[in-house]
Amino acid sequence: MIDSKVKSILFAGVGGQGILRASDIMCMAMMEAGFDVKKSEVHGMAQRGGCVTSHVRYGSKVYSPLAESGSIETLVSFEKMEALRYLKFLSKDASIILNTEEIYPPAVNRGDSEYPNDVIDFLKNHYPKVIALNAAKLAHEAGNIRAANVVLLGAVSNLMNIEKSVWESVIKKSFPQKLLKLNLDAFQMGITA
Amino acid sequence: MKKELMSGNEAIARGVYEAGVRFAAAYPGTPSTEIMEEFAKYDGVYAEWAPNEKVAVEVAIGAALGGAKALAVMKHVGVNVAADPIFTVSYTGIAGALVIISADDPSMHSSQNEQDNRNYAKFAKIPMLEPADPQEAKDYVRLAFKISEQFDTPVFLRTTTRVSHSKSVVTLSEPQISEDKTTLAYNAGKYVMVPINARTRRVEVEKRQQALKEFVETFPENKMEINDPEVGIITAGMPYNYTKDVFPNFSYLKLGMVYPLPEKLIRDFASQVKKIYVVEELDPYLEEQIKAMGIKVIGKEIFPYTNEFDPGIIKNAINSNLESAVSPYKENLAQRPPNLCPGCPHRGLFYALKKSKAYVHGDIGCYTLSYLKPLEGLHSCICMGASIGMAHGMSKALGEKGKGKVVGVIGDSTFLHSGITPLMNMAYNNSDALIIILDNSTTAMTGMQEHPGTGYTLMGKEAKKVNLKVLVSALGIENIKVIDPNNIKETQSAIKEELANSGPSVIIAQRPCALFKRANVKSQPPLKVDSDKCEGCKSCLGLNCPPISWKKGVTKEGSKRKGISFIDATLCNGCGLCAQVCKFDAIS
Repeated sequence: MIDSKVKSILFAGVGGQGILRASDIMCMAMMEAGFDVKKSEVHGMAQRGGCVTSHVRYGSKVYSPLAESGSIETLVSFEKMEALRYLKFLSKDASIILNTEEIYPPAVNRGDSEYPNDVIDFLKNHYPKVIALNAAKLAHEAGNIRAANVVLLGAVSNLMNIEKSVWESVIKKSFPQKLLKLNLDAFQMGITA
Repeated sequence: MKKELMSGNEAIARGVYEAGVRFAAAYPGTPSTEIMEEFAKYDGVYAEWAPNEKVAVEVAIGAALGGAKALAVMKHVGVNVAADPIFTVSYTGIAGALVIISADDPSMHSSQNEQDNRNYAKFAKIPMLEPADPQEAKDYVRLAFKISEQFDTPVFLRTTTRVSHSKSVVTLSEPQISEDKTTLAYNAGKYVMVPINARTRRVEVEKRQQALKEFVETFPENKMEINDPEVGIITAGMPYNYTKDVFPNFSYLKLGMVYPLPEKLIRDFASQVKKIYVVEELDPYLEEQIKAMGIKVIGKEIFPYTNEFDPGIIKNAINSNLESAVSPYKENLAQRPPNLCPGCPHRGLFYALKKSKAYVHGDIGCYTLSYLKPLEGLHSCICMGASIGMAHGMSKALGEKGKGKVVGVIGDSTFLHSGITPLMNMAYNNSDALIIILDNSTTAMTGMQEHPGTGYTLMGKEAKKVNLKVLVSALGIENIKVIDPNNIKETQSAIKEELANSGPSVIIAQRPCALFKRANVKSQPPLKVDSDKCEGCKSCLGLNCPPISWKKGVTKEGSKRKGISFIDATLCNGCGLCAQVCKFDAIS
């Protein structure tokens, strides 16, 4: 086991975006790199287009699968406005990976509520590192829009001290052969985005 | 040994298999469902979905009386359904082994209440283990089967959503070789609970309690860690991890077994630390028992009674002078309530039902989501199967005032779970209410589990399939209509007609769940709004279908419209409801 303080990553987005799959791959990479790791996730009602979050925590010994508010070092937001929902959990010097894709909540669809229009500027004004990318567009270029979650993993991998070979090994374990090249390409697109 | 990243539920299934158990029964319910789905994948096991939790427990009791090691799995409210056999199997004991898993849901992530099922252990005098993470979940379920065999008792394993649905590193063990110990061993004096035998067994329960109280004093999963002697924490399950995360240097007594409690060990711990906090979610279950021992502890005067904890809640409760973390973003964000999926067969039904202005008693399933705006399809929802009895009761109480205005809606899986007896009652007591069975051919909310109406078993074998119409008719209901809820006109007129009928009526609204792969519901090409024809009336938005949105400011010459509707082609499954609803023929 590696000797290190526990760190936390928060994955957030909307049901159906592949958030839990992405946080699983992240955990497997941490395990393979020699860390203890725990993650939390929410099932059930959240799959029906509701909010989905997953905390991933790693270090030499992890107790809680949930991080304390105000302590999370990295946020990976799979949807633009969802990033704003969880800022309470972030430390003041947190890094944010932001997918700029917008998915309207029902109240916005009905015209009863506005979609916030200042998300990226707001985040940049409050946090030292905000990396915004259109993961859906990049995934589409890699071959399938559904690989947007792996694009975002590529982007967050830049912030973590883990060998690329480890990531590639866990991606190989996570997808069937016919989807492998697509996902490795998507991961690379996230790294270079 | 091999290490794997596992959820608590996957780890429980693995532990059950490692313990040599090959027999399990359950009814699905979040957060417990995956335990059975995972267990069913192991070689040589028998696993079944029972129609409800009471049946699942009775099936497991039968197997255990035949010498098998048996498992029954359910969510916390499922234990209410199964409580009747559970309280008495505590008296009879079991010949093989019996473990009952209760998956509790603090914070009600997907439940109607957050009852603390540790109380059931004390109430039914059944020992209970409570793991704090997936590794312990696997290890404890093995221990639970050992204790069950050793003490001739059913044993509870309690998990919570956070244990069941968190993942961490689990070290696998070699599975125990499964011996076949099943046999027909008659012992009527022990298993026939007529008063004379029950009184004898009642005394045996107290003897067992004494034996367990001694056992638990040296049970190795009740762990004491003496660090800083100033502060001691007594806790169990996931709250141990939350507390340890923020206060690593306090002293701990972590209880792996939450019933019965190790009184001597607790006194020993109390003598070694100055100030004691009892950290537990929901009820002051440990706190009250420890206070009854005359030990001074701090508990619910600083910790919340409601919802699950996290490390921050515990830190702030103990250090009351800390400032809570706040978000720099102060605006209101639109909520994202879960919604019915595109193409969901419930949408058309509730759209049509709303027009009847009836009082709708709801039930547990995806259709409960129709409660939200703008469908606002339900006016009550209590528990599995309740819609039918409640609709009947309201209709009887209101008499003429309620005529044609009281409806109950219930899904196919929920109807087979606990809707048959109340429907029989409606026929028997000549009700005037209308019941609509929303038959989407699966248990959709928990993720497409089989049930007696699907024609398949949990193990994937073809099975007898309940014919709902024949069943309803056999119960004595004469007014029965079978409709397609995606045809709004047909649905509306069926509802109108059956509400006008005297006596009990049933409408079976039949259309498979849009996500149900086996039903092979083919998506139709996505629909489009013709912006020349759209008058911006927002009728289609009343369906609350995820692909349909409002584009403000798209005006048209000679029209008062303030915007138009737009359909996201990537989300639309082409069900066509919006085209039926549109008054201007603008959607095709």
